Amino acid sequence: MANYASDTDFRTKLQGWIPKLVLSPSIAMMLVFVYGFILYTVYLSFTGSKMLPKYDLIGIDNYVRLWGLSTWWTAVTNLAIFASLYIIICTVIGLTLAILLDQKIRGEGMLRPIYLYPMALSFIVTGTAWKWFLDPGIGLENTMHLWGWESFEFGWIKDRNMAIYTIVIAAVWQTSGFVMAMFLAGLRGIDNEILKAAQIDGASNWNLYRRIVIPMLRPAFLSAFVILAHLAVKSYDLVIALTGGGPGRATELPATFMYSYTFTRNQMGTGAASAVIMLMTIAAIMMPYLYAELKEKS
Amino acid sequence: MSTATQDSAVSSGKITRTFIYLVLLMSALFYLLPFFVMLVNSLKPLAEITGGNMMALPQTWTIEPWLKAWSTAQIGVEATGLKPYFLNSILMVVPAVVISTGIGALNGYVLTKWRFRGDTLLFGLLLFSCFIPFQIVLIPMATILGKIGLAGSIPGLVLVHVVYGVGFTTLYYRNYYAAFPTELVHAAMIDGAGFFRIFWRIMLPVSGPITVVSVIWQFTNVWNDFLFGASFGGQTQPMTVALNNLVQSSTGVKEYNVHFAGAILAALPTLLVYIVAGRYFVRGLMAGSVKG
Repeated sequence: MANYASDTDFRTKLQGWIPKLVLSPSIAMMLVFVYGFILYTVYLSFTGSKMLPKYDLIGIDNYVRLWGLSTWWTAVTNLAIFASLYIIICTVIGLTLAILLDQKIRGEGMLRPIYLYPMALSFIVTGTAWKWFLDPGIGLENTMHLWGWESFEFGWIKDRNMAIYTIVIAAVWQTSGFVMAMFLAGLRGIDNEILKAAQIDGASNWNLYRRIVIPMLRPAFLSAFVILAHLAVKSYDLVIALTGGGPGRATELPATFMYSYTFTRNQMGTGAASAVIMLMTIAAIMMPYLYAELKEKS
Repeated sequence: MSTATQDSAVSSGKITRTFIYLVLLMSALFYLLPFFVMLVNSLKPLAEITGGNMMALPQTWTIEPWLKAWSTAQIGVEATGLKPYFLNSILMVVPAVVISTGIGALNGYVLTKWRFRGDTLLFGLLLFSCFIPFQIVLIPMATILGKIGLAGSIPGLVLVHVVYGVGFTTLYYRNYYAAFPTELVHAAMIDGAGFFRIFWRIMLPVSGPITVVSVIWQFTNVWNDFLFGASFGGQTQPMTVALNNLVQSSTGVKEYNVHFAGAILAALPTLLVYIVAGRYFVRGLMAGSVKG
């Protein structure tokens, strides 16, 4: 009898532990591979590591050096241009398409996948397609010439000052359909009764959207912003495939900067410092969002 | 949510509607054009590309570029075509998706139905890990993979993708399971069902929609990844890295038609997934993972 009692006791205790046991591998992985690694990289950014990690602390020299490099400034400026245009244009296109698609459109089932499919393609494939499409010699410019528009010029991809905008074009093409899907989900979640009531009160379509619908899409705007912002900071493959960081260094971004400084130029300390700056940028965007999200849900 | 049949309350005139259709069709053109150009030009002989119009249909149709991209094109130093790399990607993507989705489902279940002190904090830490720029982990990851003997191998890449994918899968399942009535789980507990029995019998049978989302998400992310593949792939590079090597190779004549065929080959699996299950992806997103 006593034996039986302790047996059930053990089983209830075990039941209490199982959930934590199930979760623990993920937590362990996360602590090592994410937060442990972050600390390690932060540490390296204060060392004189060159080709291999070294553990001699040299203070903030790497950061001083980093912000003194014109390449880094180019990368940061490019990121600012790229991220703001990418976020704004994707949001505008995504919202517009979602609102238009929400007007009882015949063929919505056909159009939606057409808008969405670029999201299935990798940035390498996207870059390959656009690199060629934008090439003045064989792409769009050439086609326009062949069609008789002789004065048409579109050589941005070869132009140091304009090349960064070609990256915006390709990135918008790849992601805006996904943003559309997010807004469409938001629109479909709005209660139609509210809209009907507003219409009975005589609100015009324009006012209906401006005053009622768009404010109600706040969560979708927020999700879109967070997703686009973190994608922008992480952008690496698209630049590699589309311009390779060129012409010259004109389209270098922090992600490509970090890679080349760490792995090809053997300036690991400086590379680590640039990675830390990237992380801090993302943290500044994500922290308030995550905090609000989790506080609300728990 | 019967989203597909819900009528919009907004009505509009005939001219407005024509305008709407016009904008929608122009946008469709914008999204289709680059892919159309790739497809058409992958079926042309090279001379027709360099001397012709990219919008024109092939005068001589040929599948030669496709065969070449698949089996004989020069990738890096060897003329193997993309075939072995395609296989690498498959071998990497299948275990990575299965493992990360399975772990995500269990995590989501624990975090919503077996809550304990501090679980929100743990989830927050896990969630933040989805968004970190991977540059911050590249250096130590390279060192560790070398130390445990997984550098340049498929299992190494699987490990990397599982580690950095679990945050997202957990997020999806957690949000989805949060909407599932906890009373049912409690009732099952009172009836004597244990942790795993409840998971198998009650949670998994209702997890279809979110599993579709999680699998599509992970599949696309892992298949399309370039950074990890390029950094840790070594000799077992995935498709994206091989494609980039093919396209960027500076030796010899640039065979654009082969590049396009290769690019479409690299895009094919994820495209197929979208064509077959894209609908469920959007529906699943609406059902839980995007608040809205």
